[in-house]
Amino acid sequence: MAKVLEKAEQVEMLLNGDEAVAWAIYHVEPDVVAAYPITPQTIIVERFSEFVADGLVRTEFISVESEHSALSAVVGAAAAGGRAFTATASQGLALMNEILHIAAALRLPIVMAIATRALSAPINIHPDHGDVMNSREAGWIIMFAENAQEVYDNVIQAFKIAEDHRVLLPVMVAFDGFVISHTAEKVYVFKDVNVVREKFLGGPRKVPKIKLMGKEVELALRPLSHTPVPLTIGPLDLTDFYFEHKLQHMDALYRAPQVIKEVNEEYAKLTGRKYGNGLVEKYKLDDAEIALVAMGATVGTLRYVVDVMRDEGYKVGLLKIRTYRPFPTEDVIEALKDKKVVGVFDRAAPNGAVGAPLFLDIRSALYDLEKRPIVVDYVYGLGGRDAPPELLEDAVEELYRIMKGEIKPFRFKYLGVRE
Amino acid sequence: MSGESKPGWKALPIGAVPYKFSTEYKTGDWRSFKPILDNNKCVKCMLCVLFCPDMAIHVKWEEGGPRPMPKELWIDYNYCKGCGICANVCPVKAITMEPEG
Repeated sequence: MAKVLEKAEQVEMLLNGDEAVAWAIYHVEPDVVAAYPITPQTIIVERFSEFVADGLVRTEFISVESEHSALSAVVGAAAAGGRAFTATASQGLALMNEILHIAAALRLPIVMAIATRALSAPINIHPDHGDVMNSREAGWIIMFAENAQEVYDNVIQAFKIAEDHRVLLPVMVAFDGFVISHTAEKVYVFKDVNVVREKFLGGPRKVPKIKLMGKEVELALRPLSHTPVPLTIGPLDLTDFYFEHKLQHMDALYRAPQVIKEVNEEYAKLTGRKYGNGLVEKYKLDDAEIALVAMGATVGTLRYVVDVMRDEGYKVGLLKIRTYRPFPTEDVIEALKDKKVVGVFDRAAPNGAVGAPLFLDIRSALYDLEKRPIVVDYVYGLGGRDAPPELLEDAVEELYRIMKGEIKPFRFKYLGVRE
Repeated sequence: MSGESKPGWKALPIGAVPYKFSTEYKTGDWRSFKPILDNNKCVKCMLCVLFCPDMAIHVKWEEGGPRPMPKELWIDYNYCKGCGICANVCPVKAITMEPEG
């Protein structure tokens, strides 16, 4: 683990979530940023392009003709050993799908911000985790942020996690579109623009070395004039090696939680801000009988709901999932094992499955327990449908009645939809 | 390739990098037609050298002259996949494609 950092000076700014990403990227100063505009992500690249135009960063900024090209350009940059960033949402993320899998399997430490938005049809620009859920099988690390501050922090941490030689995987930093991306909040940013790049990330990206036929080679595509051993990455693998390469990828993914925890601790020393153990965060959960589980912006609302319901005598607590992939199975089991009822809040449609995505993970993680809590799923907020505290309080009330045996448990139900 | 012992996932280089240099993969056994080059007809225009997608056509150089001149061309059948592009671009029909035995 790296040396202990001293706390760095920070300043308060009024930023929305997208601007917080732009400022994080300004401070990271990647070698390459390529992106294509899409609501509600557009402000990220808009602000960042101003930093480029003003000469504040040396980043190569590439305007491309589609998201497929944006991620492809960034894959090229990362494969050449660079530090690279892109951002998108919804249809853009869906269009990237083919390259998502390639970026991860080539073990490229790309960071991508996702201002989550509903997928078409019908067209809707508002928050919904369906776009990220559509990409959750791509083998990326996926982190969800609760507010603009965490967005800023997660983007910076994501580079450190991605580039760690134990990991070498791309990271998605997801946050709810509009609710976070377009809502101005107080955000602390580093006063010295060099703290992130020079101190926290330790300068430019360090490329790992691999052993190839007895020779030590940098895992980066270099011109023939700059390397004794030119590399080929990702060529035909077929039945005899694909499985082994996939296993390496899976091994890195399942080892990432340790690095995410370390980076969370290290960042806390630098800023004073810490997000649980980096994977999950508990809020008034230890003595709770009823546990709520959620990701993204609604975690903030649920903190308030927990406070209100606690005042009314309900023993309710909250588990925030910060790292969704790799899924923090052990942490979830530990946090929820002695609860009576668990209510999962999914901002994504179940699409014919047993329940919506987060519910599937939570429920199957708890299956190993001898004495399992009742786990039910609330599908809420699709297409940006508001999820105000009263609506969520009704759900907690219902969870309480399930615990008392007054209502039969269900797998999932829709919250806040008109009949 | 068959019969040789292949490394397990821990021994393989990461990043979807093949564990051998590409020169170690003898792709010539994919060939069903073999280009035969007649150096007597060949005018050393070098078009086939440029067009070969596998860089499988090589040049032997004249020695001792004031500047390097091509003496003759040869085909490395370890890598030639028999695509026939060389025979197609040859302006003097010095390359003919013959079925592999």
